[in-house]
Order: sequence, then structure tokens, then C-alpha cells
Amino acid sequence: MALPVYATTAERVWHYVFNVFCAGVFVFLIAPILVIIPLSFNAEPYFTFTEGMLRLDPEAYSLRWYRDFVQNPQWLHAVKNSIIIASSATLLATTLGTIAALGLSRAEMPLRKTVMSILIAPMIVPIIIAAAAMYFFYSQLDLAQSYTGIILAHTALGTPFVVITVTATLTGFDRSLVRAAQSLGAGPAFTFFKVVLPLILPGVISGALFAFITSFDEVVVVLFLAGYEQRTIPRQMWAGIREQISPTILAVATILILISIALLATVELLRRRSLRLRGVRE
Amino acid sequence: MAQATATPEQLTAADGTPLKLSLARAMRRRRLTAFLLATPLLLFVLVTFLMPIFDMLTRSVANPEVRSYWPEVTAALADWDGQELPDEAVFAALYRDLVASKQARTVGKVATRLNYEMSGMRSLIMKTQRKVRRIEPPYREAFIATDERWADVDVWKLVKRMSSPYTLSYYLAAVDLRFDPDGNIVAQPENKRIYVPLFLRTFRISLLITALCLLLGFPVSYLLATLPLRISNLLMIMVLLPFWTSLLVRTTSWIVILQQQGVLNDLLVWIGIIDDRNRISMIYNQTGTVIAMTHILLPFMVLPLYSVMRTISPSYMRAAQSLGAHPWEAFWRVYAPLTLPGVGAGCLLVFILAIGYYITPALVGGTSGQLISNMIAYHMQKSLNWGLAAALGTLLLVAVLILYWVYNRLVGVENMKLG
Repeated sequence: MALPVYATTAERVWHYVFNVFCAGVFVFLIAPILVIIPLSFNAEPYFTFTEGMLRLDPEAYSLRWYRDFVQNPQWLHAVKNSIIIASSATLLATTLGTIAALGLSRAEMPLRKTVMSILIAPMIVPIIIAAAAMYFFYSQLDLAQSYTGIILAHTALGTPFVVITVTATLTGFDRSLVRAAQSLGAGPAFTFFKVVLPLILPGVISGALFAFITSFDEVVVVLFLAGYEQRTIPRQMWAGIREQISPTILAVATILILISIALLATVELLRRRSLRLRGVRE
Repeated sequence: MAQATATPEQLTAADGTPLKLSLARAMRRRRLTAFLLATPLLLFVLVTFLMPIFDMLTRSVANPEVRSYWPEVTAALADWDGQELPDEAVFAALYRDLVASKQARTVGKVATRLNYEMSGMRSLIMKTQRKVRRIEPPYREAFIATDERWADVDVWKLVKRMSSPYTLSYYLAAVDLRFDPDGNIVAQPENKRIYVPLFLRTFRISLLITALCLLLGFPVSYLLATLPLRISNLLMIMVLLPFWTSLLVRTTSWIVILQQQGVLNDLLVWIGIIDDRNRISMIYNQTGTVIAMTHILLPFMVLPLYSVMRTISPSYMRAAQSLGAHPWEAFWRVYAPLTLPGVGAGCLLVFILAIGYYITPALVGGTSGQLISNMIAYHMQKSLNWGLAAALGTLLLVAVLILYWVYNRLVGVENMKLG
């Protein structure tokens, strides 16, 4: 978008207006996330910048809310729950989703479009409908207010992401490698673990990370299905926002932002690696 | 080889079966293998996701209360013509059902169910069951003496109508209609019409959010698509980071920024644009919902737009301009039409996600920013009118599925991009 030397004044003005507008949109996207980080070090129990913070007075900053977070048994319990639920759901969703993607990406797959639209449905159906429906159904099966129920629900919500990313990775996959392995005497399982999986691993891991963050961030199903015992981090934050208790949620939010930055970086690296493995040049 | 060309019908595989048959068999096996691979997930989604939704759909028409808790009344009313007050036998059945359902503690459910259809029914039934011990034959006079509303034919018509196993009344309520005593469909009284306006508000706010996302997303996608990849990949992080950040975190930050004592108001006061006493209320109303949801859904607009714009060669625009088109004309007549698939995909996706949104309106919407999802949650958790919640949910689901079908035709789910 460099401006050519022969640009007219109108073009120049337009060019700068356009760039300023885009910069504004980027600020709109990123500022809300960045604003929370300094506020979480607030020494006062306010949700806004104090005068001391603006003067950069070290007295006005503290780790008080982080201390509160790590010393609060409720939050620690929520962290434990979130990790248990999200990792179980991720494991299940990744396994089921990867196997399904292997079938879906084959040329011979019958009814591909229909099956695909059914498998993607959990991503499209409004979460409140899914949560309400699961509440009715799982209560009848005695799965409400249980870890099993939430893990199953989160698995269902996470699988579309795995299916999408793994099928996308498999579209660039060279099928003759499988035939080569088989002609050399490898069985289907051996071929999968030694040939296919290493090549599609970046896609599988990105899918798994998507499934993980879906479960880790999910609150509506938890609101309906979880009892007090199964409260997760988002559920605890929900309670915090509703009751305006303390800036501890800002500290938690900062930690979650750091986690998402780490996940985003991992996914981006994996995407590049996958492109390289498939011989695509950017 | 020579033999094969001489008699083409005789082509055989190594084991002697005709080649055509053998090929068909092999293809069938391969199709089956492919399908079997997808089966575990298909079954899983069916059991954990689709069956619950189907179960909810049946709940929106199910009407078990009167039928199962007042079986004798149901049976006695079956032959009633609905013209005059029922006879003694029906009142006797009511007495027995009342006693039984009082003992089983189910009378409240019947009373609540009937009250959805006609206000005052709950108080009538609860009052009668409290005094049931004093009721003695002849039952008809005794009931009417307890409360004269039992002499109202409309009450009995309602009980009879509600004793059928299925009902459309939840759907009618969900679109601000109701049955009148004679079973005709009529509009709700003006002051009780809340769901149609709420559906309309949900559509209006979702459209506004979609338009805002397009307005903000289009230029940014254009910029990202025309910049060299090295820079655009860096800028893309700014789009993807919100995408990966917890929804609750993003909603919290909007509360921090927009509230009356929040960062933005402080800034405006400090600059001197507004007075300290006239801080703008930007949150806990529709404005808050629109701002926060636009922020949350913007990446879903940018990603499909960007992937389409990347494929449009800049030489098209140059060609148009070299043929004498003004840059604007070149943009509108050459570039913009080429981006339409991306615009369609992005708008549909944002709109689908917006009409079903729950968390953000619930936290920052106040009362004027509530959407239909919040009403479903209200009936699920507070009013416990699950039939109505299911009916509202089904209507929302139908709207979403129609849009999903269009999306599928237009874009194809298999082309969905995630970062």
C-alpha cells in the first residue's frame, strides 16, 4: 500500500484517512485487552486507573489481586476443575474428530456434505439452546451436576473445530504416501501412526488447542449443568462480574490473556510448520 | 492384453471375478471404510448433542401436567360437550384428583400449568386444595360454594383443552398469540406482547452488529490483503488475539472501559469533552451490547473477507484504471463484486452468531440490551416455564438453521476458515 510518487493530493488524503481508520479499528480490537493488564496491578479495589497509577507511582501498583487469587480456595478449585474438564474434553474431541476427519477427507466418503453439516452443528447452534437442551436431557440420565456430563457436553462443542482444522490439513495430504507405506507391508494402524499422523500433527494440535480453549472458556453450559462442586474459571468470573466483588477477576483475566497469547503463538507456529511440511510457500 | 481388447466383456480380476464387479465391490468397501471412520463421532454428536435438542423440541409441544396428575378429570371431561357446566360426575372426579394430587404434591404443577393459559387459575386451584377437606357431596355445589369461579364454563373449557397430550399453546405464547376460551387463536392483549418485539429487537441489533462489523472489517481486511505477507501476518495477530481471548475477559474489559466511572469516561472528563456530572452511560444498555458484541464478532468478519481478498489479483484494479476508470469506479465495479463471496460468508457467520448470543448481553446489556437468548435463559432458570423456553428456543433454532443452510449453500461448511 505504498503511495506512488505520482499520487494526486486527493489520493494522498484518502490514503492517510484510510490508514488512520484502519489503525483505529486495530486499536478498537486490541485496546480492551491491553487495558486490563495494568489495571490488574491496581493497589486500590477500583476498576479504573487511580491518580497514583497515572503518575506511575510504584506505591499505587501491587500484586494484591494476584495474591488474592492464589490464596483463594474457591479460585484454586475452579482452576483445577477447568484443567480437568478442558483436558478430558480435548482428549476426547481430538481423538473422535481426527478419526472422523480421516474418513471425511477421503474421496469415496458418501454423503460428505450432510455428515459434515451435522458434525459442524454444535458450533452453529446457539449455545443457550444447546445448554438448555443438554440440561433437560442430561438430568434424565443423572448426568447433570457431574463432571462426566460437562466433559461430554464440552467434547461435543469442541469437535467441530478439530474436524475443520484436521480436514483442512488433510486436503493437502499426498495419498500416495499411504499407498507407498502399504505396498511396503505396513498395516493400516502402523501407516497411520508412522506416516499420516506425523504429517498432519500440526493440524491435529491446532484442532486440539481450539477444542481446549472452547472448553476452557465455556460458561453457559457450565451455568446450566454444573453444581457448586464443578465451578470452572469462567463460571467463577461470571459470578465475579455479576456481583462486582473485587478486581481479582482482573488478575485472572490477565493470566487468561497470557494463556491465550501463548496458545495463539503455538497455533501460528504450527500453521507455518504445516504449510512447510506440505510444501506450500508463503 | 491383446486377449482383453478382443473380448471386453471377459475382463477379469486376478481371482477370476469380472473386473467391473470386483471394482464395484472394492469401491463399496472403500466407501464403507470412509463412512465407518466418521461413525464414532457421528454417533457421539447424535447422542450428546442432537438427541438433547430433539428432546427439547418435543418438550415445546408436550402437555403432560393435567393428563398425568388429574387422570380422572381428564377421563370424565372426555365426553363433555363444552356447552354447559359439567355434571356431578366431573366434579366428583375433580375432588378425587385434587385429594390425590395434593397428597402426591403435584397439584402445584397443574395449577402453574393452567395459570400460564389463564391468570387466576393458580390461586383458584391452590385455594380449593387448601379447603378440600371441607368439600363433601354433592360436589358440584360444594366446589362452587368454595369458589364461584368453578361455575365458570370457561374454566372447564380450559381444563379440557389442557388435558390433551400435546399443545400448541407454548408456540402461540412465543409469538404473542393465545387461545381464547373457545379454542380460537387470538392476539395477546397489547400489554402482554413481549416476544415478537424481542425477536424483532434481536434481529435489529444483530443486523446493526453485522453492518458495523462489515464497516470496520472491510477496510482492515483490504489493508491486510494488500500489505506484504510479512507485515500482514504481524497485523493479523491483532485480529486473532481477541479471537483467542476468553469471552468473559473481553466482556470484563468492556465493563472496565465503558462504565460510568470507567476508563473512557475518565478520559473524556480529563480531556474536558464532558462534565464530571454528565458522564455518558455506555454500558448496561443497548449501546453496551452493540459495542461489546461488535468487538467480539469482528474477527469472524475479517477472516473470511481476508481469505477471499488475498486471492484477488491487484492487476484487475490496475487494468480497470488503465482503461480509464476512476479509482472509485474501478473499486466498485471490479474489486467489490469479487469480494462478495467473502462479504456473504462473513455477514452470515456474524449474523448467525449474533442472534443466538447470550453471555455478553446478559452481562453488559442491562434491560434494553437483552436478546431472545436471555429470555430463554430467564424462562429456564427463573420463571421455570420450560415449555415456553423450549418453544422460544425452537423458533430461534429454526431461524439459525435456515441461515446455516444458506451459508452452507453459499460457502460450504468445509470451506470454513479458523485463523
